[in-house]
Amino acid sequence: MRWYYKLPLRLRSLFRNQQTAQELNDEIQFHLQHQIEEYVARGMDPKEARRAALRLLGGPDQIKEECREMRNVSFIENFLQDLGFGFRVLRRSPGFSALAIICLTLGIGANAAVFSWIEGLLLRPFPAVAQQERLLVLVGNNRVAGDKAASGSNPDVSWPDFVDLRNNCKLVDFIADKIMGATLSIGDRAEWVAGSIVSSNYFDALGIRPLLGRGFEPAEESGRNAHPVTVISYWMWKERFHSDGGIIGKTQLFNGVPHTIIGVAPEGFYGTFVGWPIQFWVPISMQEKFEPGGYKLEDRGELWIEGFVRLKPGVTPEQAQEEISSVAKRLETDYIATNRGRDIRLLPLWKAPFNQAGELGPMLKITMAVVFFVLLIACANVSSLLLVRSLGRRQEMTIRLAIGAKRSRLLRQLLTEGLVLSMFAAAGGLLLAYLCRNLLVVFFPSSGSIVANLKGEIDWRVIAVSACVCLISTLLFGLFPAIQASKVDLASALKSESGAVFGARGRSRIRSGLVLVQLSLSFILLVGAVLMVRTLQRTRSASPGFSTDNVLTTGVDLVSAGYDEQRAKTFDDELIGRVQALPGVESAAWARVRPFSYVPFSSAPIAVDGYRPAPDELPTAEYNQVGPGYFTTLGIPLLSGREFTSADDETAPLVAIVNEKMVAQYWRGEGPVGKRLQVKGQSMRVVGVAKLAKYSTFAEAPKAFFYVPLRQNFSIRNTLNIRTSVAPATLAASLAREIHALDANLAPFEVITMRESINFTALSSQRVVVALLGIFGGLALVLAAVGLYGVMAYAVSQSTRDLGLRMALGARRANLLWLVLSHGLVLTAGGVVLGAAGALSLTRLIENLLYKVSPRDPLAFGSALVVMAIASTTACLLPAWRATRTDPVRALRE
Amino acid sequence: MGKPTDLVQGTLDLLILKTVALQPMHGWGIAQRIKQVSKDVLQVNQGALYPALHRLEQQGWIQSKWGESENNRRAKYYSLTRDGAKYLRQQQAQWSRLSLAIDLVLNTT
Repeated sequence: MRWYYKLPLRLRSLFRNQQTAQELNDEIQFHLQHQIEEYVARGMDPKEARRAALRLLGGPDQIKEECREMRNVSFIENFLQDLGFGFRVLRRSPGFSALAIICLTLGIGANAAVFSWIEGLLLRPFPAVAQQERLLVLVGNNRVAGDKAASGSNPDVSWPDFVDLRNNCKLVDFIADKIMGATLSIGDRAEWVAGSIVSSNYFDALGIRPLLGRGFEPAEESGRNAHPVTVISYWMWKERFHSDGGIIGKTQLFNGVPHTIIGVAPEGFYGTFVGWPIQFWVPISMQEKFEPGGYKLEDRGELWIEGFVRLKPGVTPEQAQEEISSVAKRLETDYIATNRGRDIRLLPLWKAPFNQAGELGPMLKITMAVVFFVLLIACANVSSLLLVRSLGRRQEMTIRLAIGAKRSRLLRQLLTEGLVLSMFAAAGGLLLAYLCRNLLVVFFPSSGSIVANLKGEIDWRVIAVSACVCLISTLLFGLFPAIQASKVDLASALKSESGAVFGARGRSRIRSGLVLVQLSLSFILLVGAVLMVRTLQRTRSASPGFSTDNVLTTGVDLVSAGYDEQRAKTFDDELIGRVQALPGVESAAWARVRPFSYVPFSSAPIAVDGYRPAPDELPTAEYNQVGPGYFTTLGIPLLSGREFTSADDETAPLVAIVNEKMVAQYWRGEGPVGKRLQVKGQSMRVVGVAKLAKYSTFAEAPKAFFYVPLRQNFSIRNTLNIRTSVAPATLAASLAREIHALDANLAPFEVITMRESINFTALSSQRVVVALLGIFGGLALVLAAVGLYGVMAYAVSQSTRDLGLRMALGARRANLLWLVLSHGLVLTAGGVVLGAAGALSLTRLIENLLYKVSPRDPLAFGSALVVMAIASTTACLLPAWRATRTDPVRALRE
Repeated sequence: MGKPTDLVQGTLDLLILKTVALQPMHGWGIAQRIKQVSKDVLQVNQGALYPALHRLEQQGWIQSKWGESENNRRAKYYSLTRDGAKYLRQQQAQWSRLSLAIDLVLNTT
């Protein structure tokens, strides 16, 4: 009844079979002894007494058997027996087993790999962090017109808001985090590494104990640039400091500032950013040295912190959200200028908008669907193989039924055999997933020592899911053939199928049905893959609204060189003068952010005279700080007004150039030139209107955007853009010379065309989808072709007599070739029709990944059809050729 | 009426549980005790006794332990578990109700 009585008993009966049997024997002997003694006492002869006692008991062996049955071990024993039998059966036909296991390994492996990516990137991205499920993302959100989340609303929060939330909420720990990059110079070697600006509780709240030294202390949060201390990663400690045991207390230069190393993070902790491993951490007080855009710790309008919260024990996300919302509401009324219409939300980790999770989520969802298709196709193949084999085992089944096996027992045995197959395949699949755990990294650009960190995680959940997939696929591929195989009646078992006519039998019709499903599924995948390839092509040649081919882009790292603002301004001006004097250079301009780069634009609340925001709306727009000649250099047309000039400097009145979308949204389309724009309370005069362009991605919706002169909103780290027809390599050399002339310690970053720069960032996610769809679509096609080949080859081998007869009656080889080919092509046509119907309804799901390609693009369907036709003709060709080689004499004699 | 050894279906479990409730007992002892107490009216079918014991043990109502018998032989002793005691009480109540009801029906004139 209760498991704690039962379990030990069951296990005992199962594993200590010998002992249990012995005990049962003793018990019955004991009983017999007593009975015999009693009979003897009554005066019976001992021999007679023994016989009588046995008679009374009714045969010890039957009783033992009954007792064993009572112990309920037969189910498990039968299972083990079936398992052993399954192994032997598979060993007897190694070819069949290998083929089936390979098919299933690919199917299960693909699923396990994708799930391990989902696990390692979306669900549990930070393996070193204890209890990740209590970790949530803290995201700011601008309400626009009601409660709809504004697209492109800045998800970051300001430090003052963060501090207020932290002081007023008791249910969660708040963790501030901001990824940044810095130059790490050790000796004469400098490299670019990813770092993180964090709140002082960072390591404690995440449950990370530094390997050496300590984490940050609360006092290290305050004071502008007052605490140049850092915790470095295990990797940096090991690779760059050679595991120096006395590292604590030494100093290290980051961005030109000496930092005292106070701790080393434990092995396996890469920070809390999905995509790149973090190599060092600094306290929030050092923000100005690492995060561009000036000192932000006292500015409620500067949104830059990527926050996390950790639920305290027993707190639900809903309770935490409620508490945070009430504080956010209070902030909205207390700080109308910066917080109106802005609420704070908690999201699960996999919805984090500020790291690669947001980008990978939709991709992995699609991939999950794709690999499920692959699994179905693989199962159909194995099913088909099993159906063929069940023919060969009819005799065995007949005998088993004849000597009294129940059909359910036969079914169980056949399914167990299937389970053996998929158990092997699941083991192989997990191995495959393990080998593929780093595959995603290949698709992401890496630079220097910053190598993408996109690791699949194989933990017990992945193993559990794979086991489920294994069981489900066993049922998928095994149930039907098992039912078929156990459905033997003596009459039909005596008949032979070998004389039947080509391609017209029950069982082969079922197999044809399976092939049909396979072909249609792989057609759907093909269409998806072609659509993505076309998107990639379109994107490659798409215009983002500025020149891409005659513009080169590069930069100089003045921050690490220790330049202050004044020196940087002088340097920037002198360099522009020298570059413009170079032969072949039309124009050159500095800008803080290069479009389509990973560096985010600044964003700020704005106000426009005459525009009345909705009660809970806070108009916000992104902007870029650009130098004189930027629009000419990038080739962004100005629709009215003028470009920035060198006269628009610190001493001149503040000016701005707005884009078309902003005019439409805030000035109702009226010419805004000469009118006033307020940005964070500062008043600027609009001097021009720029044509709409793409700013961060090709897929983005048109957004309000404006530009301010770099001199009026200066930052030290800028990008240099040059309009020229000179080749990048040539220009790089002369640029290096000019920079060297200004400061012998400086060198430019790599000089690349704007197109290269865009391709580097904008296409990476599309490339991943294309590659994954390509790989899995190709796999599906191969599996389906193998399935088609199997069916055709088997059909041919089974109808030699029919084919021979046709030949004897005068059919020519071409006729037979066509007979087989046409049969295969009819199947293919059916598959394409079904697949096209499926694709028409399914490709809508990837519509948001497509760019200027309709999800019903006829070209995509057409190309998929061609590929499909080629693949299936190839698959049918060998069986068809074999059919033509039929020897009529031998075929008829058999 | 049939032979006196016949047991009403399902009552064997009840008799075994009741018997081992008094003290731990081996199979042979259980059979003897039932016979004695019922003044030879009830005779346990020996072939059915051991499967029943194993089933009851499997269900967790009785547990077994090896011990020394009265004449120093190794014997398997069965005793009632806590769950078994509860089950016995339920079954006993049920049985009383049933026999009372049958009595009522039979004695109605």
